[in-house]
Amino acid sequence: MSSSNSRAGSFSKLRLEFLGGARDQLPILLGVFPFGVIFGALAVSAGIPPFEAQSFSLFIFAGSAQFIAVSLISGAASPFLVILTILVVNLRHLLYSASIAPHVFHLSNLWKIPLSWLLTDEAFIVASARYRKGSPELAHWYFLGTGLMLWAAWQLSTFLGITLGALIPPGIGLDFALPLTFMTLILPTLTDRPTWTAACAAGAFSIVLANLPFKLGLLIPAVLGIGVGLGMEMRSTRAGHANGDPA
Amino acid sequence: MNRIELWIIILGGMVVTYLIRLSFFLFIPPDRMPEWVQRGLRYVPPAVLAALIAPDLLLLDGALRLSFDNHRLVAGSIAALVAWRTRNTWLTIVSGLLTFGLLSLL
Repeated sequence: MSSSNSRAGSFSKLRLEFLGGARDQLPILLGVFPFGVIFGALAVSAGIPPFEAQSFSLFIFAGSAQFIAVSLISGAASPFLVILTILVVNLRHLLYSASIAPHVFHLSNLWKIPLSWLLTDEAFIVASARYRKGSPELAHWYFLGTGLMLWAAWQLSTFLGITLGALIPPGIGLDFALPLTFMTLILPTLTDRPTWTAACAAGAFSIVLANLPFKLGLLIPAVLGIGVGLGMEMRSTRAGHANGDPA
Repeated sequence: MNRIELWIIILGGMVVTYLIRLSFFLFIPPDRMPEWVQRGLRYVPPAVLAALIAPDLLLLDGALRLSFDNHRLVAGSIAALVAWRTRNTWLTIVSGLLTFGLLSLL
């Protein structure tokens, strides 16, 4: 905690943070890896050359956006429309950027540029669980570890999909590991009545709005849930109950 | 689609994605955000996670399905119980996947 640590001591601490971040991404990889393989196979079968297919994962690094881009490309959409769609699909990352920003704003651009580059759904979810635990001094190393772990797995799985292609049996049910992992991650965020209400509202809206295109079925329910939670907090503050403990 | 168009998409997609992710990190200091935005930020993780989980468990072929033949809902409910009691990620995943696998065999 203090700044008087020896150099060796703080090095082993940041190593622990980095490896902790990488380790905590592992359960999520179980669900993400098959998607990377499917993306690689799908991109090649849509007529995208292997090098360009890998470049989608290398440079864009955003699963849903990549899938939607490939389907638009195979439908012969114009490049402008594809880029615009990627923009809309990734708009939800504005929320992640705003949510993490208070924890990283003091860092140099040397940190902020690579960290934001790694700010996917999965990295955001794991990193924000870390920031909730406090002692933020070296937490950016944790964020880096978790982001790089996901990035490396996304590259490898894309590569396997490109090279092995149709050999991969589709749908062995591993994608179900994703909501299961998210369950363990949502529990610590549900600390009081407004957070529970925000989650329930977002979940309900995500069912009602499930058929919206462009991943808006995630962005809009999330924004509505945040609004409901915030509205409840403000109302109870005004009514004099400063703490929103569940009854 | 030719290679030049593909590269326009890859590089354009990269630029828009990173501008979004970088936005608040670089351009908007947290203490300059309005107070209600700062207070709203703590709802981002629970809301995002709930909006990710709910459709995966409750929808079957795109329609709401609250019954025992929705195997993901049954397996997910058991996993939720395990998650709540143990707070252990791997136990939660294994219990959910096992239940899902067993239900598919029945």
